[in-house]
Amino acid sequence: MGGSRERVLARVRAALADVPADEPVERPSEHPYADAHSEGDTLEVLADRLLDYKALVERVTEADLPGRIAAALDRRGAGRVAVPPGLPQAWLAESSVERVGDTAEAPLSAADLDATDGVVTACAVAIAETGTLVLDARPDQGRRALTLVPDYHLCVVRAGQVVDGVPQAVRRLDPGRPLTWISGPSATSDIELNRVEGVHGPRTLEVLLVEPDT
Amino acid sequence: MSSATFLGMPPFPEAAEHAVRDARTRHNLHKATHTIRGKRDAVVGELGDDWARLRAEGEAVKTHTLRHLDHYLERLEESVQRAGGTVHWAADAAEANAIVTRLVRRTGETEVVKVKSMATQEIELNNALEAAGITAYETDLAELIVQLGEDLPSHILVPAIHLGRSQIREIFLDKMAEWGVPAPADLTDDPRALAEAARVHLRELFLRSKVAVSGANFAVADSGTLVVLESEGNGRMCLTLPETLISVVGIEKIVPTWSDLEVFLQLLPRSSTGERMNPYTSTWTGVTPGDGPQDFHLVLLDNGRTDVLADTVGRQALRCIRCSACLNICPVYERTGGHAYGSVYPGPIGAILTPQLHGMSSEVDRALPYASSLCGACYDVCPVAIDIPEVLVHLREQVASAPGHMGEKAMMAGAEAVFGSSTALDAAQRAAGLVGGAIPKHLPGTAGKWTDTRDLPEIPRGSFRQWWNEREEDR
Ligand code: SF4
Repeated sequence: MGGSRERVLARVRAALADVPADEPVERPSEHPYADAHSEGDTLEVLADRLLDYKALVERVTEADLPGRIAAALDRRGAGRVAVPPGLPQAWLAESSVERVGDTAEAPLSAADLDATDGVVTACAVAIAETGTLVLDARPDQGRRALTLVPDYHLCVVRAGQVVDGVPQAVRRLDPGRPLTWISGPSATSDIELNRVEGVHGPRTLEVLLVEPDT
Repeated sequence: MSSATFLGMPPFPEAAEHAVRDARTRHNLHKATHTIRGKRDAVVGELGDDWARLRAEGEAVKTHTLRHLDHYLERLEESVQRAGGTVHWAADAAEANAIVTRLVRRTGETEVVKVKSMATQEIELNNALEAAGITAYETDLAELIVQLGEDLPSHILVPAIHLGRSQIREIFLDKMAEWGVPAPADLTDDPRALAEAARVHLRELFLRSKVAVSGANFAVADSGTLVVLESEGNGRMCLTLPETLISVVGIEKIVPTWSDLEVFLQLLPRSSTGERMNPYTSTWTGVTPGDGPQDFHLVLLDNGRTDVLADTVGRQALRCIRCSACLNICPVYERTGGHAYGSVYPGPIGAILTPQLHGMSSEVDRALPYASSLCGACYDVCPVAIDIPEVLVHLREQVASAPGHMGEKAMMAGAEAVFGSSTALDAAQRAAGLVGGAIPKHLPGTAGKWTDTRDLPEIPRGSFRQWWNEREEDR
């Protein structure tokens, strides 16, 4: 499978003849930049940025969560929703939607997913400053296709998962897992460079921000 | 359903003169570039002083990586293989195209879906696949518009930036049916309706496709992770649903470590679409059992990059993260549009990258370093601090010192062989004229209209050599 491996590497080395042989190959990691830039309450900033990119956002408490999930799915008129294998059982306890489970043993096809009305998942990390949710495909989020094909994504974000800035999120994430960073519903800027929401990914993104009960 | 090509385009001064007369294109470009400038300024401003620190770090990471590129290439290869991917090396476009064609053939499929990628545009992969009986479907909205319209890309990020909504509507109505699901007959030019038409047009294709071809914005050496930033979800579709994924990535796309993304995932979205974050970013590392393509190939592309690397001044062009901020700010680009640059890389970055990748082998390439007023706005906005004016001047010096000489000599030799020595002098004069044509002798007139407040270079009025000598005396 080498192809022109040696040729390309030899050309690279020849091109770098000016680089001193003893120049260190590793860079010291100093992070001479800020961890975050936003001012104010982390969850408030996240909610604000999510709204700015046309996501639907609600702040809820842990105790209220199952009821609020049921209400959101009702409002959406969802009859069948895709469910990742490790979604906490309690989350759908108060909803009467039909659950279409996706498991490693019996994965849903793209067509199966296309025939659902939406998907409910957790997330791995959220970034307040940029209004970003990061999914890392753990069992409470499922395979990447689950949050891609259905037209509606209801994502539950717990307060403890929210960081202020991008560097903090990168540090929390494991690059070995497939990651999907989501900032609002799918959109395009390709027509006259103005952002229009709703292309191939879910056209509606709804976020429930969960705070611990007080 | 043929693909257009930049081959045979006239050199910049000629193409530019034509382009600036196109009022509709100029209107579209003005509107789009001014919109995006405003958005970029706002989101860069939000980061305050930290922007300068991120920019300096982005520059430092890329410079360091390039200076040890052999080391990081080997590390990337090892990481990708460890994660279950296969790595291929392509010295040039022909080799890359052959590798991809072979990989697609092996799957038995005759169609592939594509995520927007500059590298595959550069190697004209779609034409190569077409010649092999494989249809490549562009899925990015702007790429789709260009493909359907049998047009050429005119911008790095938004290849159809030269088209307005009503033109896009016409293309969709005329051409979508040829490629698949037709546009609805009552399609309006509302951007929402156009986006919806693209969604419907591509939906079934995404769900059935078995092979995808992508590029990557970054390739992380220590983890073997590839990163694609996008907006529409077409990227996610291509990177997630097919069984086979082939990513063609220029060797300069490497960053050493995962944590370097702390910098680039801030610099790139804010510089390119002027957003705090683009709607979707996908990262993947080799193959994940049960999730996404189970057959992953990385094709590492040289295609002239090592020649750029060998030039200690010009190599900074390889830091480019293809954000397109330099295009959006450029007074010359705004007036000429992207097609005038005769390359998939237009604008200021194209003016320094294309001639270096091609080795200044053609008149088109030699004219490009002059496609600028040296105002420096591109350097100011560049998130990795590429000093584009410095490289432009450096390349002008190369044009001046080499082809003015060699072009003449070569032409003399060729003329003697073909016409005999009696016409050699005549041919030499024509050769000198040809080289002179590569210098912006057309620019004075148009340049005057282009930029009123910019610091324009001295206008060459006579032959190239005359101009050069005068320029040298003025120093
Ligand atoms: S040269 Fe700089 S500003 Fe231009 S596209 Fe590349 S990274 Fe962006």
